[in-house]
Amino acid sequence: MIVNEDTKQQQVKSMETYLSPLVRNIPPSGIRKFFDLANGSKDIITLGVGEPDFTTPWHVREACVYSLERGMTAYTSNAGMIELREAISDYLNDNFKVAYDPKDQIIVTVGGSEAIDLALRALIVPGDEILIPEPCYVPYSPITSIGGGVPVGIETYAKDDFKLTAEALEAKITPKTKVLILCYPSNPTGSIMTYEDWLPIAKVVEKHDLIVIADEIYAELTYGQKHVSFSSIPGMMDRTILVSGFSKAFAMTGWRMGYVCAHPDLIAAMLKIHQYTIMCAPVMGQVAALEALKHGMEEKDRMVESYNQRRRLIVQGFQDIGLTCHEPKGAFYAFPSIASTGLSSEEFAHRLLLEAKVAAVPGTAFGASGEGFLRCSYATSVAQLTEALDRIGKFLHKLKQES
Amino acid sequence: MKELTELKLKVLDLLNEDARRSPQLLATLIGVDEEAVKEAIAELEADHVIVKYAAVVNWSKIEEETVTALIEVQITPERGRGFEGIAERIYLYPQVKSVYLMSGAYDLLVEVEGRNLREVANFVSEKLSPIDSVLSTKTNFILKKYKQDGIIFEDREEDNRLIVSP
Repeated sequence: MIVNEDTKQQQVKSMETYLSPLVRNIPPSGIRKFFDLANGSKDIITLGVGEPDFTTPWHVREACVYSLERGMTAYTSNAGMIELREAISDYLNDNFKVAYDPKDQIIVTVGGSEAIDLALRALIVPGDEILIPEPCYVPYSPITSIGGGVPVGIETYAKDDFKLTAEALEAKITPKTKVLILCYPSNPTGSIMTYEDWLPIAKVVEKHDLIVIADEIYAELTYGQKHVSFSSIPGMMDRTILVSGFSKAFAMTGWRMGYVCAHPDLIAAMLKIHQYTIMCAPVMGQVAALEALKHGMEEKDRMVESYNQRRRLIVQGFQDIGLTCHEPKGAFYAFPSIASTGLSSEEFAHRLLLEAKVAAVPGTAFGASGEGFLRCSYATSVAQLTEALDRIGKFLHKLKQES
Repeated sequence: MKELTELKLKVLDLLNEDARRSPQLLATLIGVDEEAVKEAIAELEADHVIVKYAAVVNWSKIEEETVTALIEVQITPERGRGFEGIAERIYLYPQVKSVYLMSGAYDLLVEVEGRNLREVANFVSEKLSPIDSVLSTKTNFILKKYKQDGIIFEDREEDNRLIVSP
């Protein structure tokens, strides 16, 4: 590329002063930093990937191709194709015992990410405090900040299997608290919340008149027990904005297909934002999502079974090489403690990458309470997992000899 | 036919993916004792459910290429034995790789492998066709194998996910 000297001159001047301080002050993602480091390395095995290792099942891809052949290339209604909303409604009802009216309680969104953004934008009045149990998925806090809200982390601990407790929640509530964001099954810890775990949380939510954004994108990926939707807890349906999508359950991350379900008043507000910013989710993705719901359950179950096998492998593997790891009962992440090495999460992850050629994300990328932990995705082949565990074991041995 | 336990089905699925997996690895993946897996495998082998642990080879990657033909064979069944006797006479030839009894326009589908076209053609004219009860044969040569036993032979897209993602 030829760069004109005049243009270069212009680029020297910083444009940052024009930015909204809300955006300028957002810290860069810890995952991004690590990505840049890992991306250049050769021969690495990655446990850093936050998505399935399956390709979207062929029948789903084929349904999309066929829709293109038929010329389905126009806008759909703002909330998404009614057939898809009906299918989502039936699916949620059948699997998680929550009843949402496809007419005015569901919006099909561009991934669960858009749904979270819509919910926060619709709710936040600048200064509102948004409670976020940590360690957690990266975007909740920055999106809250962009909207003028104040993210307030709630630490969760390995001794509680990283479950949220009513006491910890209660302790962070102030008169400004408005929203509680829940992400269970959890990225990055793999922990889940049972019906009994939810009840005391629901009491606090009721008592302090909170709204809950329940990000249940990993709902299908639980092992040994079924996911309990927060919305299904008595009295919680109207207070809950249920966010989910097709990415994890149906191996459809790149399609960006999600949805949000809530009380009609909340959905009407979110629909306004959605129609002015997005118009509608891409029609090709909607067709594929409908196919996944109609005919994709068997393949989905097969994928979940496969994650479960690899989950057992990685948990056993960490045990064998001497890393303590609470049993992850959901999602596809293990979150072992590396505190025994004396290294910080960031140091450990960096050295593991450079010296042992294994990429995994330091727990601190998911909040300060992730210190001492490492997020390891087991959505990778058995052969790769076995090799990665072997390399981590040798790395630990080396660390021991150094000290 | 024997009814298989859930454990045996899981063992078969996992070995079908990769026959070199150790009982220890299988036990971890399934979440049971290694002894239980060993026992299941021993029984599956004894019952000839697991027939053989063989490698799936893409021979076209190798210089010495072979030719394979699928031959449709029409047959007059024998009184009392049906197709069994003739099928046996055919499948005992080492160059016959598989034999299936088919519904439809012909009776047996015979897969024959040879070093070249002539070798396969000779087998058909000298061995197969002369069998008394064989009425007709139709030889179809395989030009390319795209997928065999559920395994795609083409070199396909590798894992194209980002190395690290949230």
